[in-house]
This record gives sequence, C-alpha cells and structure tokens, in this order.
Amino acid sequence: MPEIRTETMTVNMGPQHPSTHGVLRLVLELDGETILSASPTIGYLHTGIEKTCEQKKWQQVIPLVERMDYLSAQSNSMAFCMSVERLLGVDAVMPERVKNIRILLAELQRINSHLVWLGTHGMELGAVSVMLYCFREREILLNINELIAGFRLFPSYMRVGGLREDLPRGFHDAVQAFLDRMPGKLDEYEDLLTKNAIYLKRTQGVGVVSKDTAVAMSLLGPIARAAGVDYDVRKVFPYLGYETYDFDVPTQTAGDVYARYQVRVAEMRESLKICRQALGRITPRGEYAIADPKITPPPKDRVYTEMEALIQHFLIYSQGFTVPAGEAYVPVEGPRGEQGFYVVSDGTNRPWRIKSRAPSLLACQALETLIVGGLIADVIAVIGSIDVVMGDVDR
Amino acid sequence: MDADRLIASLQQAVPAATVEGAPSVDLQTTIYVSRDELVSVARVLRDGPDLRFSFLAELTAADYWPREPRFEVVYVLVSLEHKLRLRMKVRLPGHDPHLATVSGIWPAANWLEREVWDLFGIAFDGHPDPRRLLMPEDWEGSPLRKDSPVQIRRPPHVTSDLQVTAEEFKQNVQRDRLARE
Repeated sequence: MPEIRTETMTVNMGPQHPSTHGVLRLVLELDGETILSASPTIGYLHTGIEKTCEQKKWQQVIPLVERMDYLSAQSNSMAFCMSVERLLGVDAVMPERVKNIRILLAELQRINSHLVWLGTHGMELGAVSVMLYCFREREILLNINELIAGFRLFPSYMRVGGLREDLPRGFHDAVQAFLDRMPGKLDEYEDLLTKNAIYLKRTQGVGVVSKDTAVAMSLLGPIARAAGVDYDVRKVFPYLGYETYDFDVPTQTAGDVYARYQVRVAEMRESLKICRQALGRITPRGEYAIADPKITPPPKDRVYTEMEALIQHFLIYSQGFTVPAGEAYVPVEGPRGEQGFYVVSDGTNRPWRIKSRAPSLLACQALETLIVGGLIADVIAVIGSIDVVMGDVDR
Repeated sequence: MDADRLIASLQQAVPAATVEGAPSVDLQTTIYVSRDELVSVARVLRDGPDLRFSFLAELTAADYWPREPRFEVVYVLVSLEHKLRLRMKVRLPGHDPHLATVSGIWPAANWLEREVWDLFGIAFDGHPDPRRLLMPEDWEGSPLRKDSPVQIRRPPHVTSDLQVTAEEFKQNVQRDRLARE
C-alpha cells in the first residue's frame, strides 16, 4: 500500500457565512473532519459606538446603545439608564409603575431575543419550520414595540428618568393577547425539537462547557446556567424589585448544546410568568417618569400651550442635563447574560466614558475551547447555541 | 463584607501591596491597588476563603487625560459564593502605561485585555496573545484615548470651474422646459 499523504487543512469560515450570526471569521485547522485548532477573528462590525457616545449628550446615547446588541435593545437601554440614574441619585425615587413597566418590557425583550435565537438555531440544524413559527410570534412583539414607541426594533422607549411617554391605549390588551397565545406556541416549538431524534443527535454531548470553564471564561448567563452555575442577576443581585416577583431560574448540568436549548426555552416560560405578574401591577395610566423638571421633559400638549413648558423642553433637548461626577455600573440580566454599562461622568452634560459589558464577546472568546476536538459540522450548532450577536461583540 | 475589612484582609495577605478604599457614587465597594502587586492581590481575591471572587465580570479602562495619573484600569469582580461585587482599579501614568496581565488568574481577561490594549494602548506584560482585537491590524494610534481625534481631517475639497457659461446654463434650462411642454 502506498504511503498516504497526510496533512492538515486550513479552512476559512466566514466572515460572510450565514451561520455565523453576523460577521464572525473562524480560521479552522482540520484533520479530516476533526478540528485541531480554531482562531476566531472579530472586529468586522466595530463601529466605535463607545467613542461616539462620548460626543453625545446623555439622552442621545440611548439610541446608540440600543444598536449595540440589536436583539436586546430594551435591555441595553434599561441597563444604561439605570447606571445613569444611579449616578444622578434618582433611582430611589423611581415610581413603582415605571419599574414594573421596565420589568415587563425587559422580559418581553428576552422572549423576543430567545425567539430569534431559537428560530435561527433550529434553521441552521435543518428545522426550517421552527424559524418560521418563531418569527411569527416575534412579529407580535415587534408590533407591541411599534405600539409603544413607533419603532419596531429600537424603540428608545426607556429614558433616563423613566420612560418616554405613558403607555398607549390598547397596550394591556395587546400584551395580554400575546401572553395568552405564547404558552401553546412554546409547546409547539418543543414538539418540533425537544424529542426530535435528529435534533438530539446533533446537540447532545456537543460543545460541552464544564462548570469550571463557564466560571473561568465568565460566561455569566444562560451558557453558565446550562452548565450548572446557578447565577442570575435577577436573583443574586435583584434590581427594579425583581425580588417581589415569583419566578424560578432554570438550570441544567450537562452543559452541551441541548442543555442550553432547554435552559432558554424554560427561561421563556419563566419570563411569561413574570410578564403576567407585571402586567397585573401596571395601571393603564399613571406616572411614567420621575418628577424632576431638569431631567424629564414635559408632555407635548403642555409644550404647545405653556411658555414654561416650552422653555423646559428647549433646555432639555438643547443642553441636556448634567450628571454628577462619578462612576457607576449597575448589572442587569440581559437575554445573553449579565449586562451592564460602566459609566463615568465628569460632571458635565456629556458622558466621559461608556463601556458596555458584552456577554457575546466573552461567549465568542470561549468558542475556541468549545469547538476544538469536535467535528466541523458541529461548529454551526455550537455557534448557534452560544447565541452571539456580532453587534454586541464588536460594538 | 465592607470595604475596610476587605482592605485589611488583602493587606494582611499581600503586605507589599498598597490597597486603598475609594468612595463611590453607586455604593459599590471600590478599591485601588498598586500595579506592582496586582497579580498577587488578584490571586488572593480569587482564592481567599472569605472572598472567592471567581468571576471577572468586566475589565476595562478609562482615560482621564490630561490628568495624571492618566489611566485607570477597572476590574469588576463577582463572588458567587458570598454574593459580593467588587470594583478593583489600578492607576497608571500616561507616559508609561503598562501593567501585569491577570489572564493567568481569570482566563476571561484574555480578550478583554486585548481590547484595552487595542483601544487605549495600555500594555499588559506577559499577555499570551498581545494583538489588536477590534481595530484593523495596521491601525495607528489608540482610538479611545481622549487625545485621539474624533474626526479625521481631510484636505479641503477643490471644486472645478463650471463647464458652461451662465448664458449657456440658462439656455439649457429653457430648452429643457420647452422640451417637457
């Protein structure tokens, strides 16, 4: 038998690859179908948002941070607003209604993000119908966003000091209709995947994260919970009154792709539970921001009829407000894990430094340890399961 | 655990280090650590039985130009066992910004330190992979430094003369209008 020529093959996967969820580039070294080494290259979506934010006034930052992690816009802006409110010292006087609305919107955003994740992840593994069903339900959530703010993906509804305006008419009915519809739809998704033999074969035992790896790589969030790390910011460091809500933190111990699927689907059910409680606490009309004329602009009908309100409106939108010097970091539980904004103020009306904690960046960093030693076909399943958003990785 | 007890226990564990508390607006325990003893302090923070800060939640820097010391590197630590959060900071001078890497203690620091090196030009001694992370490899400068220009100045745009005279222009407009009618 002649000598078989053996050498490894280097494959460039991405940046334009439909399964890399954006523009992630992986240089894979293959021995047959086994991956010997992988080096992720990021930065293709780097837009310098953090530098841009330093030139903006505090309120102008909100649309920018929503575009970082474009699947969890409201969680981003909520985390940013909470850090700035901590600096302003107004978080103690925040009305309960605003807190409950924020919780409701953040949980709807979590379901929204998980639906996109489930749909694309299922599609990449061949279950295209899951994508169609998930995007059908996501459409309802986008319609709710349109209802409250006019925008579907980036509502900019969270503002420093509260919310942009009061809830619109018909909000309760729209959310209630979604909450009534969703549990049955979740059962439908699970019917398609949970016991699907092909899906199980492609996900069980693939891309295993041990508990130690999850801790070492700081994968705080669903990835760590699927590996048995019982950490959820909502439970460990409660904010906005999450301690008064009744919900569980789903965890698994296997740490593979399938466990991450189970955790995220269970999380959607828990989010629905929180949404139901929050919706019951929110009155259709009421306070929607703190009563600080320096931070909260007056309602539009007063701007058009009263001189003082017009002046106040003009001052807030032309000069903004100053934030006392200092720094703050308020962690929240975003759809991808602990999220937060490290915000530094020098006492002026523009931020000195803004840094977003990007859960996707850390997940992307851990990708190498997850795929080396596995098969090249599993790379797609693993990238899908860690749920990276390249806008969040590169910012 | 309050800041004073934390600082006392750190001082006891690493006598050479300078550890000082700092007031913070957001009531987060904040300590400053001297850069020479950073790694030993970090190891105590991770392994100390009453500390156990096993998670490095965030690592970033801030540029306080033109103040000296110019840079501050910020570590946000989480202890799951004791439900604690800690902000550890290291001051760095502007002329010589470098400090030891902590990626041997928290592996998650690898890319976060690369990002700080990329955007602030702060060097991490002993880093296993000291390359740029986000910016192109041939980029010059550190974009998040405060003295880095926000807008790149381009030479003034030179316009060429009109190719037609004013009369010809008017005639063309007139002809167009007639053609439309």
